[in-house]
Amino acid sequence: MNPFQYERAREAAGAVRAVSPRAKFLAGGTNLIDLMKNGVEKPSLLIDLNRIALAAIETLPDGGLRLGALARNADTANHPLVRQRYPLLSLAILSGASPQLRNLASNGGNLLQRTRCPYFMDPGFPKCNKRAPGTGCGALDGFNRMHAIFGASEHCIAVHPSDMCVALSALEANIRVQGKSGERTIRMADFHRLPGDTPQVDTNLKPDELIVSIDLPPSPYAAHSHYLKVRDRASYEFALVSVAAALDLDNGGAIRSARIALGGVAHKPWRAEAAEKLLTGQKPTSSLFERAGEATVAGAKAYRGNAFKVEMAKRAVSRALASAGGVA
Amino acid sequence: MPHDFFRNPSITRRECVAALGAAAGSAALPAGAAAATADSMPQTTTVSITVHVNRQQHNLQLDPRVTLLDLLREHLALTGTKKGCDHGQCGACTVLVNGRRINSCLSLAVSYDGDEVTTVEGLAHGGTLEAIQAAFIEHDGFQCGYCTPGQLCSAVALLEEARKGDASYVTADISRTGPAELTDPEIRERMSGNICRCGAYSGIVAAVKAAHEGAASATGSKEERQ
Repeated sequence: MNPFQYERAREAAGAVRAVSPRAKFLAGGTNLIDLMKNGVEKPSLLIDLNRIALAAIETLPDGGLRLGALARNADTANHPLVRQRYPLLSLAILSGASPQLRNLASNGGNLLQRTRCPYFMDPGFPKCNKRAPGTGCGALDGFNRMHAIFGASEHCIAVHPSDMCVALSALEANIRVQGKSGERTIRMADFHRLPGDTPQVDTNLKPDELIVSIDLPPSPYAAHSHYLKVRDRASYEFALVSVAAALDLDNGGAIRSARIALGGVAHKPWRAEAAEKLLTGQKPTSSLFERAGEATVAGAKAYRGNAFKVEMAKRAVSRALASAGGVA
Repeated sequence: MPHDFFRNPSITRRECVAALGAAAGSAALPAGAAAATADSMPQTTTVSITVHVNRQQHNLQLDPRVTLLDLLREHLALTGTKKGCDHGQCGACTVLVNGRRINSCLSLAVSYDGDEVTTVEGLAHGGTLEAIQAAFIEHDGFQCGYCTPGQLCSAVALLEEARKGDASYVTADISRTGPAELTDPEIRERMSGNICRCGAYSGIVAAVKAAHEGAASATGSKEERQ
């Protein structure tokens, strides 16, 4: 690991004042410390956020819930209000990593996770536009079994690894951030970026901005939601494909509104808006959910090693909706 | 030269490994030492912290690059905690910080100023094994033993998490709170952060179950007595 200076921040404003282009914020460290060991991240200054009072989980006046950026993933998933009002989020968080990693990982850090693409993680590979802009994409013609089928570019086909973010996307969370010039809120849909020709930039967060909370709007989806994660082993593994599915049913049992987001398939959590529209106003049936799966993958583009993900995503959407809607 | 140690049978494996680490320029620098750096690299200054490890206080001056795992093994000679992958993928380095299980390999020691760390060396009380340790012996919860310290610390935390009602990905109804029912699939999911390459998983599940049931029956009999 390269040498760095270490500072403890006591308040958010102090952390924001101290940050510079070569500095990094340290929260749980589960991703950053790993990348520093690999030589992918080489900050000259680490600003330790862990003593800042940003770990509260509290209700908002509009009936929503504010998740502190420094609340640990484990505490967020197990908070009674999250479990009762946003079980989709609890389930998504609990599907990721391991209990001991979720005890370390923070909510803010989860949003800022970097890709697990092996060409990015290992500087031994010469080509990675995300790690070293302009060098090319090693995955494009290489090992790309884990890679994107939506929204990729010729410059990068990496995927975002988070499960939590997939649920946040379906729940249309808002990300509250604090910078040198004040506070602002970023919609979850606008938080992460597609790679385009600047894959080194993962998010629309400005360099001096610190995430202070994730705000969840009131949700009508608590009764009918499911997070389905398909992976190479039963636990402690990143998704090949994951689906956050949520349905709001009216008194007659018809679908008032639907939310579908996928993980493991794009550079950001991937909302299936065409499929959501197709479900609206319909009675939940297995054939309807199959058509939603087909609509989801209509624009998919596969590479040599990941064509299986198109069929897998289609079936996973249909299965997750069936679980959410209680349709066998 | 490091390779001379291999020819000397009186040198222990640990001394040899320590010498190799020193020769390779270990990140665990002595107190007050500045890192040897190229011109372009930032200088490192040490940070002073106080940590309690297994109820013993340590005042330390550390290079901020030292992980909690390396602090325990290289600075405090508590080698029970194991370095497996060093990247958060195996769980061998699991310890308890303020009672919560974490991967010590992905944690900087300087972040734990004022905290209470428990390692496998701190689980037994005097000469009496913690219930989970006795259960691992009783149920063959290990073969080679390398992952066992992490498994034990993880299992201690698992039992506490279940008692306070934490859910897992396989919990049937996430929205229902209250103590968790520890079925075999629940135990497997909750222990999934600890890899065992000997494959002692069935013994580990049996040991965790036995320790849980022992704790539950002990609580029950205490309630009956009251």
